[in-house]
Amino acid sequence: MKKSFFRKRKLSGLLLTALLTMAVLSGCGSDGTGESSEDNSSKEPVYGGSVVVGIQQDIDSLDPHKATAAGTREILFNIFEGLVKPDKNGDLMKAIASDYTVSEDGLIYTFTLREGVKFHNGNTVTAEDVKYSLERASGLLDGTPLISSLSVLTGVEIIDEKTVQVTVGSANTELIYSFVAAIIPAGSGEEESGTPIGTGPFSFVSYTPQVGIVVKKNADYWQEGLPYLDEVNFKIVNSPDTALLELQGGTIDIYPYLTDSQAGELKDSFQILSAPSVNVQALFLNNADPVLSDVRIRQAICYALDKDLVNQFLAGGNATLISSAMLPTLQTYYVDLNETYGSGANVEKAKELMAAAGCPDGFDLEITVPSNYEYHMQTAEVVVEQLKEAGINAVINPVDWNTWLQDCYTDRKYQSTICAITSDMTPGYLMNRFQTESKKNFINFASAAYDETYQKAAAAMDPEEKAGYYKQLQQILNDEAGSAFIQVPPITIAVNPKLAGYVFYPVYVQDMSTVYFIE
Amino acid sequence: MTYLIKKIATLIMTLFLVSVAAFLAFQIIPGDVVTSILGTEATPEREEQLRRELGLNDPPVVRYVRWAGSVLRGDLGSSYRYSKNMNEMMPVEELIGDKLPVTLWLAAVTLVMIIAVSIPLGVFWARSANHKAGALHRFLDGALGVTTQTTMAVPSFFLGILVTYLFGIVLKLFAPGGYVSYEKDFWGFLGYLVFPAFSVALPKIAMTARFLRNSMLMELQSDYVRTAYSKGCTGRRVLYGHVLRNAMMPVVTFLGMIIAEIVAGSIVIEQVFGLPGIGRLLISSINTRDFPVVEILILYITFVVIFVYFLVDILYRVIDPRISEK
Amino acid sequence: MRKSGRGKWNKYLVAGLFMTGLAVFLGILGFFWTPYSTTAMSAAERFAGPSLLHPFGTDNFGRDILSRVMKGLGTTIVIGSLVVLFSAAAGILLGAVTGYFGGIVDEVVMRITDAVNGFPSILLGLVLISIFGNGRQNVILALGIVFVPSYVRIVRSEFIRLRDADYISRARLMGVGRARILFVHILPNIFSVFWVSVMIGFNNAILAESGMSYLGIGVQPPDASLGKMLSDAQGYLQSAPWYALAPGLTIVWVVLGFSLFSEGVRRRG
Repeated sequence: MKKSFFRKRKLSGLLLTALLTMAVLSGCGSDGTGESSEDNSSKEPVYGGSVVVGIQQDIDSLDPHKATAAGTREILFNIFEGLVKPDKNGDLMKAIASDYTVSEDGLIYTFTLREGVKFHNGNTVTAEDVKYSLERASGLLDGTPLISSLSVLTGVEIIDEKTVQVTVGSANTELIYSFVAAIIPAGSGEEESGTPIGTGPFSFVSYTPQVGIVVKKNADYWQEGLPYLDEVNFKIVNSPDTALLELQGGTIDIYPYLTDSQAGELKDSFQILSAPSVNVQALFLNNADPVLSDVRIRQAICYALDKDLVNQFLAGGNATLISSAMLPTLQTYYVDLNETYGSGANVEKAKELMAAAGCPDGFDLEITVPSNYEYHMQTAEVVVEQLKEAGINAVINPVDWNTWLQDCYTDRKYQSTICAITSDMTPGYLMNRFQTESKKNFINFASAAYDETYQKAAAAMDPEEKAGYYKQLQQILNDEAGSAFIQVPPITIAVNPKLAGYVFYPVYVQDMSTVYFIE
Repeated sequence: MTYLIKKIATLIMTLFLVSVAAFLAFQIIPGDVVTSILGTEATPEREEQLRRELGLNDPPVVRYVRWAGSVLRGDLGSSYRYSKNMNEMMPVEELIGDKLPVTLWLAAVTLVMIIAVSIPLGVFWARSANHKAGALHRFLDGALGVTTQTTMAVPSFFLGILVTYLFGIVLKLFAPGGYVSYEKDFWGFLGYLVFPAFSVALPKIAMTARFLRNSMLMELQSDYVRTAYSKGCTGRRVLYGHVLRNAMMPVVTFLGMIIAEIVAGSIVIEQVFGLPGIGRLLISSINTRDFPVVEILILYITFVVIFVYFLVDILYRVIDPRISEK
Repeated sequence: MRKSGRGKWNKYLVAGLFMTGLAVFLGILGFFWTPYSTTAMSAAERFAGPSLLHPFGTDNFGRDILSRVMKGLGTTIVIGSLVVLFSAAAGILLGAVTGYFGGIVDEVVMRITDAVNGFPSILLGLVLISIFGNGRQNVILALGIVFVPSYVRIVRSEFIRLRDADYISRARLMGVGRARILFVHILPNIFSVFWVSVMIGFNNAILAESGMSYLGIGVQPPDASLGKMLSDAQGYLQSAPWYALAPGLTIVWVVLGFSLFSEGVRRRG
């Protein structure tokens, strides 16, 4: 009796999901990359106006080389640019460099500067500025690399006024993505006044801690016709709850971090756009833990999870389920391994494996969760219930973010944790952290085969060969149940109906240059 | 005079103890400020550089003495977390100076509300209670009793949620979370503060009104009032000229305590209404291990609380000279 | 001003006893039995409004709110009681010693008391929980420490008042031991004053506990807690107002009930 009732409800739930998916698709554009193609974008753009964008985290630094938080970088994207910059497809477009070549051995990069790119202070970008910026970011200036991926740089030479040559110590085809590092005026990193000056579509106006950051239009921007808006105010919202109220009250125009239920409440009054995020959410398992060092136990946990249900509760069914650490949006490198553990719970299989591992009656599992992330906390609540079904007695240990960083990340003194790792545009970024000796390998994953394959992947110059190795890496991580990977949560955005032109990027970017008013 | 010196000495002693306690707490709680600032992607060289810059490699005692020394010289240091611009961190003074007006104005608006409502209410109530005869008065007395008792039982954060729901969502009188900076639009800022202030004030209004009622009723039964009446003074003059004035004295000290409570208790209500005041700054600074900011904020709040208690103490002495004899 | 008659029942006592009794009953019952599981989730029953099946509705995970309120209520009452017990006991001990003997011990204890008093209680809780880690016993400890000063002050001033009373001086002359004077001769005489502050203290402890769990410190999910439920519910005020009302009104019920009860006791004299 109860069961049929449940199924009926589930059906209508599915219908709802289908409707939502359609809404998502319609918000995604024909090429599926996430350009807003609502009716609005066919309307004539109007220049001018100012918008308020709600952001969740405060700025961690106004120095583009020192800023590490994703929430900061996505804003600074509007102020600073590198030689190259990401586009909406996750590829690179030329920015301050109008062209570049890489030598065959992959050790010399030659950049040609674009004509007439100006800093916000009115000066034209010179080869000296580029040299200074790259040397500063890579540590060649004072021995302290600010951007770790650039620390392989061995020299930056000015060939002529418009040409800069960069030499590197070891070849890696993914290095070009690191040249998104901001170009700033020579010497500005040490200046007294310290006003952030870049070449981006917007220039810095003011920053107030806990309130936000204001930028205004860069009239000299090198991309013709951009930006449309005169002013953008990135406003820090106190909590996701107040964000919803602020959207309804009309004090913010764009908010990029809606939860599923919030999106539901706003769908009549706002444009709701959705796309996959760049976060890999998982129940990360400490492979060095006495209990979890047994691969069968880790596999049992993978089987016990009901990812479908997590998806439904947390993301309204809009998340992409995953079973390894690669983002499905990095299509060239991704391999779908969801078959292995299934998307629903397989309690019997889990119990079988646990019995084989010598604990048929289950075991205790502590899940450490950074409590400032409501999303992970709620996921943990759902996961605890699911593990209970398989006889695993899980408890949540909520900690603040800094405790998490120290206990889980730096000291690795934890049993399991639910959080997400953020990707950049390169496949290597997600995969290199699981090498045995990696500083970032906080799950203590140890597989000689993995290490070996990763070396091959990094060294490979042929794209296809490289992709093959990356697929092998995902397979190893999946077979060994390095962690119980759950989903790539969707990113859901509310946009004021008077606006159009919002573009999704497969990286952390809030590009305001393409946003415009339609009336 | 000796009383004043003794009080100041204890104040300094207490502030010293508090600062040591806060410093020790920061030594014990997990979480490294360097990882907090740099995140997980930083190079070891950069971490080491920052550690040197912040002087974190020195032993705790050296760091405390250095910190205390610079504070005594008037230099409150800079935040670990908030930038002023590309190359400098925000000085603590500037950071707090920017947030303090929000909290102080909130306290001020709250206090004005409490005084403006509770005193007339208390007087009215005392008069009703004093007329033992009429059924209406008896009813009013009882109704006010129940209402205030209920109001006092509502925690301010729940009241904040109710206010948000009722005035923000249902009646749309204000945009929840739509705080405007006092520098941008002062009247808009005050208008927004009305709602959080109301949430803090309501239970305190109930408390103060009850307090005033009881205090007035006590006065009304004292000999001098009876004498005044018997001498033919009119009720109004007795009530406002003598009774209220005398009954107000303990109420004033009670209000003093409420001020201390508002300043210290602003943490929760700022969270509910998204006000960028010192309460929220304090919570986020603890979470980011921003030691210089937390130290100064705690010292400041402690100072305010102790100072207000001190004023209350003096008021007591003024009202009742017997206390100072002891 | 109504003379409700000493030693008899009055309206306050009846209402207070009823409200407190119901709350305590439901809270204690919650430890042993709830209408539904407090943690079991159901995707199909998310945000069901109040109905016969779910009198308080369900939350974002489809959990029965009544069951969770019962569990949270029990936890809150137990924590509140233990906090009062801890802080009152510590308060009596410290207040008695400092009040009776005075001198350097008095000075030191009172300075520490001032310091703790000046420290915002929520902040102290935050710091203590950061050190000890989350969990019920740590909440009790943290709040216990927060509330000690208020008891120390009252007990101390009462002991100062009574230490020079004639009957105490006489007892001292008769050679009665110090401990006996403190706890047999003086303590029972301050009880009526102390009782009032214990009553107020219980309500303050309940409010502080729910305030802390509202900020995310204290009792942790999936365990139910009234404050945490309120903060979770804040995001759904528009679509599911009952989610916030149930735990919020429950806190009001408990606090109001208990203050009516103590008012009743006071009037009964």
